[in-house]
Amino acid sequence: MATPKRPDKTLGESLRAHGLSRRGFLKLCAATASMMALPASMVPRIAAALEQAKRPSVIWLSFQECTGCTESLTRSHAPTLENLILDMVSLDYHHTLQAASGDAAEAARMTAMEANAGEYLVVVDGSIPGPDANPGFSTVAGHSNYDILMETVEHAAAVIAVGTCAAFGGLPQAKPNPTGAMSVMDLVKDKPVINVSGCPPVPMVITGVLAHYLTFGALPELDGYGRPMAFFGQSIHDRCYRRPFYDKGLFAETFDDRGAQEGWCLYRLGCKGPTTYNACATMKWNSGTSWPIEAGHPCLGCSEPSFWDGGSFYEPVSVPLTANARTLLTAGAAGAVVGGTVAAVAKHRVKKADANRQPVTIEELEKKL
Amino acid sequence: MSDAMDFLLWTKGPMFNIAMAIFAIGLLARLVEILVLGRSTNYAEPRANEWMPGFRTVLTRTVADPGTFKRAPFNVVVGWVWHIGFLIALLLFIPHIELIKGVLGISWPGLANPVVDFFTAVTLLSLIATLVHRMTHPVKRRISTVEDYLVWTIVFLVVLTGYLAYHRLVNPYPLALGMHILCAEIFLIMLPFTKLTHIFTAFIARWYNGAAFGRKGVQS
Repeated sequence: MATPKRPDKTLGESLRAHGLSRRGFLKLCAATASMMALPASMVPRIAAALEQAKRPSVIWLSFQECTGCTESLTRSHAPTLENLILDMVSLDYHHTLQAASGDAAEAARMTAMEANAGEYLVVVDGSIPGPDANPGFSTVAGHSNYDILMETVEHAAAVIAVGTCAAFGGLPQAKPNPTGAMSVMDLVKDKPVINVSGCPPVPMVITGVLAHYLTFGALPELDGYGRPMAFFGQSIHDRCYRRPFYDKGLFAETFDDRGAQEGWCLYRLGCKGPTTYNACATMKWNSGTSWPIEAGHPCLGCSEPSFWDGGSFYEPVSVPLTANARTLLTAGAAGAVVGGTVAAVAKHRVKKADANRQPVTIEELEKKL
Repeated sequence: MSDAMDFLLWTKGPMFNIAMAIFAIGLLARLVEILVLGRSTNYAEPRANEWMPGFRTVLTRTVADPGTFKRAPFNVVVGWVWHIGFLIALLLFIPHIELIKGVLGISWPGLANPVVDFFTAVTLLSLIATLVHRMTHPVKRRISTVEDYLVWTIVFLVVLTGYLAYHRLVNPYPLALGMHILCAEIFLIMLPFTKLTHIFTAFIARWYNGAAFGRKGVQS
């Protein structure tokens, strides 16, 4: 069973117990600062803060999700920065990672909530069937996702919605949204909610947010969607290494043409990089090995709201979602009928007036005078 | 800002359908009405054929005659510049070609983005010049109507929002792109019911003119 009480070890002690040297610790702080786009002068402050910080209790709730977000977080290569930072928190409840199951697991959650009331962090992955949906659509230990979420966040310090499902509804919310799926920020209004979107999110972004919280005791600067600016401040398009090809007008038009082989821009193959804000282009995946566009596939825009309903993954950003030639032809035909009718009526009126014309001669007019 | 993506998807989805339907219904209604009404019967015996002179005038009237150029060089030069710039941006920008391909299934080669960008900037400046000229020239000012200013505004907004979106000067980008698409949709909706219809009717009118000349046997 997970540790019910908040651990007393500071982060510095915890990391030293893991065999991390002072030099290694400062490197970690520098990497954290650079990852969050903070100036180098902040490194000593980060070091001091992390040295003294207590490992916060984290309760990880999994709802309508595929566990991809957890996979993303855990599949990083040990011992990476991500793992080190993950070791910094006390993960008291997590379906996939905890050893306990059944009642013991639920008891761990309740104990962690009581012991750390007002201070624990709640991480959510997966969307939630809303209060009006059938509570049986998704349950944990016989309780609806909605009830568990509301009960758990009541005394939380903050909520981190990990993955696009938790942040924006994601796949479960895609039309016709059969489970009435809602995002965390749709439901949690009285606590700070930070969205770490992506399907799945970049692991460093998840850990980076936790590191920021530990360092500053506050949530980082957020964008309009509640996402940390340090990671979601710039679009894929703006940081894409293929951007020069876009600017030059060099595009791959199929997946096997010369453009694709030469690594040209994937805009015409449906790349959603221009409308997508995420850190893939800079942080990459699999310990910085590569990322989708580097692998030759257009960005799907997985970190944006409604990405499942935003049209085909393989249609360019500028293409309308449903309009086609048939819409245009049907409307044109209707217009032609309207125009033809109006013209025919006008012609008929002229003809009728012509037929009823009563000519008047000058003599007749003069007689009237 | 938080609904920028919803806004973009609305402009790309239902609003695009509405705009396209109003555009097609309105334009075809007007064109068919014009063509069905035709001209009043001319009982005079034709001196020559009217078809070829009609087409010739469609071309020759595209270039202003020396007299017009001498009287109003600004109108001719700036008018040409911004019309060409607008057409280049509309028809030769790769994302626009993809849009047309997505809707109509036809496509053609485009220009490199910096070239289109240059012409867009020139178009914007020319459009501003036309507005200043319209507001300062005593005759133009007097004959300008509300519709003239309305049409100028929507054309300018379409180009301006496109320029802002391309340079990513408005954040978040979905908002910038959505604004551009919405302006283009308003342009499409206004087109059949304002002077913007000249995009299509100018050529019909020129043909009628040329055909009348041809029929009378005068130079077209």
